[in-house]
Amino acid sequence: MKNKGLLHSFERAVDRFKWPLAVALAALLIYTPRFAFMTPANMRIAIMILIYAMLGMGLNVLIGYTGLVSLGHAGFYGIGAYTCALLMTKLDWPFWPALLAAGCMAAVVGLLLGLPTLRLSGTYLSIVTLGFCEIVQMILKQWEPVTNGNYGIRNIPKPLLFGLKLDMKNGGLFYLTLALVVLTALACMAIRNSKVGRAFLAIKDDELAATMMGVRTARYKILAFVISAFITGLGGGVYCVVANGYIEPTSFVFNTSVMILSVVIVGGLGTIRGMVFGSALLWLFPQVFRFLNEWRFVIYGVLLVVMMQFRPQGALGWRSTLPYRFSRRARRMIQDKGLKDPGKEA
Amino acid sequence: MLEIKDLVVSYGPINALKGISLTVKEREIVTLIGSNGAGKSTTLSAITGTVRAQSGSIAFLGEDITNMAPHRIVAKGVGISPEGREVFPALTVEENLRLGAYTRTDKGGIQSSYDRVYELFPRLKERMRQTAGTLSGGEQQMLAIGRALMSEPRLLLLDEPSMGLAPNLVVMIFDLIESINKQGTTILLIEQNANMALSVAHRAYVLETGTIAIEGRAEALANDPRVIAAYLGGKGAAERDA
Repeated sequence: MKNKGLLHSFERAVDRFKWPLAVALAALLIYTPRFAFMTPANMRIAIMILIYAMLGMGLNVLIGYTGLVSLGHAGFYGIGAYTCALLMTKLDWPFWPALLAAGCMAAVVGLLLGLPTLRLSGTYLSIVTLGFCEIVQMILKQWEPVTNGNYGIRNIPKPLLFGLKLDMKNGGLFYLTLALVVLTALACMAIRNSKVGRAFLAIKDDELAATMMGVRTARYKILAFVISAFITGLGGGVYCVVANGYIEPTSFVFNTSVMILSVVIVGGLGTIRGMVFGSALLWLFPQVFRFLNEWRFVIYGVLLVVMMQFRPQGALGWRSTLPYRFSRRARRMIQDKGLKDPGKEA
Repeated sequence: MLEIKDLVVSYGPINALKGISLTVKEREIVTLIGSNGAGKSTTLSAITGTVRAQSGSIAFLGEDITNMAPHRIVAKGVGISPEGREVFPALTVEENLRLGAYTRTDKGGIQSSYDRVYELFPRLKERMRQTAGTLSGGEQQMLAIGRALMSEPRLLLLDEPSMGLAPNLVVMIFDLIESINKQGTTILLIEQNANMALSVAHRAYVLETGTIAIEGRAEALANDPRVIAAYLGGKGAAERDA
């Protein structure tokens, strides 16, 4: 087989040592909170990377799978965070049901937003979501009896797991977020490979052709909205317990939406690995280059522009260059017909 | 099997179809020929429910399907291979085919449809795991037809299956269309390549700016001087173009 470049050799290596690599990565992640350099500040950044990876996965269901662009995901993020925080502080709910409620609340709002806007597409839908984010922001700021306005919600308790309090010191919050990221990633992969996922991708590729195949595109677009909002709401729920015990409306502004969108675009549209990478890049860059002071944001901006010019599919958004592998059923069919398995030539 | 009566479709103020009537009988290949903008694709879109009919009616197996939701029409047994080989490029060949069977729930039946499609198009079986965007033009056309067959349609609508294909591939695609028909599928074929279309079809309609200009048995149309002049590159056409 002729050499197909660095990416190809890298991918082959990763594919060959898939399991050892996965175990090593898991061990590394589990050990992370014990590293000496994991000061509380660094720990917080690590957790934020995980949260934004999750938010990215949520938005990815919409943009990467179904091809609908939302500029208002900070709205769902805020709804999730406030729902969880209010249930825990005002109604003394335990964390777990409050987290689930946060996801459900965001999903319901996603449904309500999706119903009237499903006929819109492209730029129009983006504008509607932009407006939605502003409305959520206004409600958080103005509905003082419930949201406490600009002061935000304080004294959000730490979550308990079988009586054990999860906090920064014992790394519990890190593990909590990590577990949710892993669950979300598995759920996203399951969606991608299901009938629903195929319908999403068909809509993204060619909505008219999808309709002609009998896919009820309006329904699936709403479903994509609901799933995306649910994941983002969960992300908000986690955020409210890791954010120093208080949240305020300014954490859920348009800039936050753009940040989530950047994670998806920079990391690699439609991939799970890209969401983790994009999130890590966007959070670490300003930290690592702190010595550049204000210039770091200029460089950051230039980096994004250069990236969109030369790698619009995102850093990790490559298509696999490995030879196509056949399913067991396909191999059997090929054997029956005496055809050559092209995968074996490699 | 398919009965269209006085169908009118307009895009804004423009009448794309000005009241056409046509029928397709069980096990026939009927072709609809005509130049660009004559309304061929609009007719197919109206049958599949993706554009609204202003007036007139479309009946399939004796049931009125005018302006019915597309997924219900697919479920009733109308499969389509859209113009320009609109396969889903990011999905694999297998996933494309699975989408063709989207409205079906019978697992065993779907499996035998796969076998049938792979039997017709062995190329597709070889390329099962490849994304459709990496296929050649001819392979994409096979995939589009195969995908339409996955719903086990009673009536198969083919929109310009020969478009943009090399001549030898065109011959092959038309051979396949004939063999699909011989297996019992009724076909409504839309083509600009009138020569090929008339050679496989039983009956034909000529569409000119939204109205049916000529209709009849395919052999009769192939020898009709008006058709020869306008669509088969006959003497008249040569004189007019010169």
